[in-house]
Amino acid sequence: MTLAYILVFVIIAAALGVATRRRGRLPLLLAISALAVYALQPALPVRGLDFWLPTLTLGLTVLGWVLTTPRQERLWRVNWPGMAILGGIVLVLGLTRYLGISLPLTASNPPQMQEILVFLAILCAAGFLLWRFTKPGKLILSVAFIIVILIFLLLKVPALSNWASQVLRGWNGQSVSLASPLDLRWLGFSYIAFRLLHTFRDRQSGRLPAVSLSEYVVYVIFFPALSAGPIDRIERFIGDLRHPLSLTSEDYGEAGKRLAVGLFKKFVIADTLGLVALNATNATQVHTSGWAWILLYAYAFQIYFDFSGYTDIAIGLGRLLGIKLPENFKAPYLKPNLTQFWNNWHMTLTQWFRTYYFNPVTRALRSGKKKLSITSIVFLTQMSTMVLIGLWHGVSWNFVAWGVWHGLGLFFHNRWSEWTKGRFAMLPMYWQKVLNAGGVLLTFHFVAIGWVFFALPSLSISGQFLQTLAGLK
Amino acid sequence: MSGSFLRNVLLKGLALFLLFDLAFVAVNPGSLGRVSLYNHVFPGRPRFPFGEDPAQSYNLSLSNLDAMFASLVISAAPKPADEFRVLVVGDSSSWGILLRPAETLAGQLESAGLNLCGKTVRVYNLGYPTISLTKDLMVLDYAMRFQPDLIIWPITLEAFPLDSQLTSPIVANNANRVDALIARYQLPLNPADPALVHPSFWDQTLIGQRRSLADLFRLQMYGVLWSATGIDQSYPVDYAHAQTDLVSDVTYHGMQPPTLDESKLAFSVLEAGLRAAGKTPVLLINEPILVSTGKNSDLRYNFYYPRWAYDQWRQMMDQKAASQGWDYLDLWKLVPADQFTNSAIHVTPAGEALVTGSVENTILQQSCP
Repeated sequence: MTLAYILVFVIIAAALGVATRRRGRLPLLLAISALAVYALQPALPVRGLDFWLPTLTLGLTVLGWVLTTPRQERLWRVNWPGMAILGGIVLVLGLTRYLGISLPLTASNPPQMQEILVFLAILCAAGFLLWRFTKPGKLILSVAFIIVILIFLLLKVPALSNWASQVLRGWNGQSVSLASPLDLRWLGFSYIAFRLLHTFRDRQSGRLPAVSLSEYVVYVIFFPALSAGPIDRIERFIGDLRHPLSLTSEDYGEAGKRLAVGLFKKFVIADTLGLVALNATNATQVHTSGWAWILLYAYAFQIYFDFSGYTDIAIGLGRLLGIKLPENFKAPYLKPNLTQFWNNWHMTLTQWFRTYYFNPVTRALRSGKKKLSITSIVFLTQMSTMVLIGLWHGVSWNFVAWGVWHGLGLFFHNRWSEWTKGRFAMLPMYWQKVLNAGGVLLTFHFVAIGWVFFALPSLSISGQFLQTLAGLK
Repeated sequence: MSGSFLRNVLLKGLALFLLFDLAFVAVNPGSLGRVSLYNHVFPGRPRFPFGEDPAQSYNLSLSNLDAMFASLVISAAPKPADEFRVLVVGDSSSWGILLRPAETLAGQLESAGLNLCGKTVRVYNLGYPTISLTKDLMVLDYAMRFQPDLIIWPITLEAFPLDSQLTSPIVANNANRVDALIARYQLPLNPADPALVHPSFWDQTLIGQRRSLADLFRLQMYGVLWSATGIDQSYPVDYAHAQTDLVSDVTYHGMQPPTLDESKLAFSVLEAGLRAAGKTPVLLINEPILVSTGKNSDLRYNFYYPRWAYDQWRQMMDQKAASQGWDYLDLWKLVPADQFTNSAIHVTPAGEALVTGSVENTILQQSCP
């Protein structure tokens, strides 16, 4: 998200907050969020794709609502305004093609209107069939779950993305030889997918509240959290959305503070550190261990300030709209061990994995027929969770290595905590403080070394850089 | 937190910002550029900051001469008593486009480990990649505070046309310095030339200066990567080589053959440079150019020069050097055509070695003070 877009969003959020105290908040939020899906989508070299991907985001979200909504709640009289708004936005954006001027609402010229109409017709037909003939049962939600995961893999596995790009280029009559995995940059899909999966699983477990189409779509594509999270829970989000909007000066003060802090973190600190942070080029150019550590520290702080800055901005924008988005970072680099680090870094993602993977798998392993030792269960669940979190960022061996690094770290910390339980409690306060400070330093450096795999594109470059860090080159 | 509290915060913030902005104009911290992390936290750079691709070269172009000099290794410490200080000014061929610092003329002279007058010869690269004698004069004038014992000034005809003296960004954005030079040396340049950027009141405020301040800050930040990698320029594996097939146009800066109009050339700026050097000897070098053998090479030597214009300028230089006693070395044809890189004046390390060999002998012939 550029500074210009953030400023536009601040103005829109403030205006919405003031103008929609009583009525019209939901449809306006729906319209603005849907427009933001198109506006924030980066331009792509495959013709029309930067229009189709946002349209697919809206389509998948609508289908997601149909699939997760009990048949008795799929009421046309309640939900037609939401559908009309979404359909109208797609059509109006499509019509901008014929204006002859370039608007900042779409990354490039929209496709032909007849193509859009055909696409909408297919989507409506699919939606109608699901609406008319399905109920949110276990099987269909599992199929939907798998489809979202498959799309996710298509975007994240470079070989699959490249293949998809070749197919799309072939359809468009564009050069197949220029296909690249970067052709399929789908704005915010990682977050959108996890919100959809959350609703699928909660419907299966019966925890999902009944929500209207507009509420569901606003939750999935809420514009402040579209590109960088946080991943809210729908029941909490809907509570805020349904609560009458009455902003106090405290809300404005808090929103202003979070926006100012977020902008400073992202555009001053993170972007400055970005000038010198570790990357694939300078990793092979740095010639001493000391400077290699400096580049790595710069990366560690850049990624923190960048990500937490965006979160602050999202929280500030949300606050102006009466939505209290969850926190994502709570001073993670000041935590004395890796477990606490992960309880305070990208918190909404780790909570998601804890809820939908770690806890169920742990329960399954504990209650399984084949009895495993506690140590084995801890190892398996922590390792697999961290590898999956790594793969969420991108399907490559480097992200697997990053996940393994953290999985091992969490496992050893778990065993260490078990072993030392109560042993350090007898120490004088001074020594406990020293141990705590040592833990903070150790944890930070463990995390920083892990960033090597995250920042660099291949295991061989990562290996070379680790050797430089260790002074072996 | 009440509404009036928020309003007061906003008003006080705005008032403080305006006050700070006005104070910034009043104090006019022009010397802010002298505050530098180079030579303190980071090693000094061997040549001026210059770069059009900062992400690759860990370097950037800026116009603050104080900051540019402060980042150089020459600013590290006062001149030692046992040092014979040689400064190399000039254009991109002196700075060393596509050359590593040690491969430039200054770098190769430094590596030669010369001794003169019982002192160690230390050579500093003060070249900067735009072609203008006025730019060279401005750098040379500033550099005199570093007490040089010898100045090497590579020149080429393209630095002479009066119509292009002020167009270089570093000249245009140092209008006050240029104004002073025009006045001091009675140069035939117009201080009101629209190319010169004279800052308005608003340009001097914090907001007006935001780009310059950001550049200063970025220069310091790139000190990290300069120190970590030793890289100050991107070196593409493949690049477009200097043109050898040339257009048939024989005009030169609006001048038609057969006569090169001396009044349109900045000899007075060159003479001002020699005056600015005072008693410090100056070695003028006509830098090597690519002599093409491709299409239309009977009309032109290369992309820059029609043959008639360049030949006449060389004659003028010869005559003036002889009549005014300039120390002048004409190396125009020294480097073979296959030793040029991406321009008709940029040479390979081997080409630079040929130049170094010639200059080295001339340095050693300098008389001791």
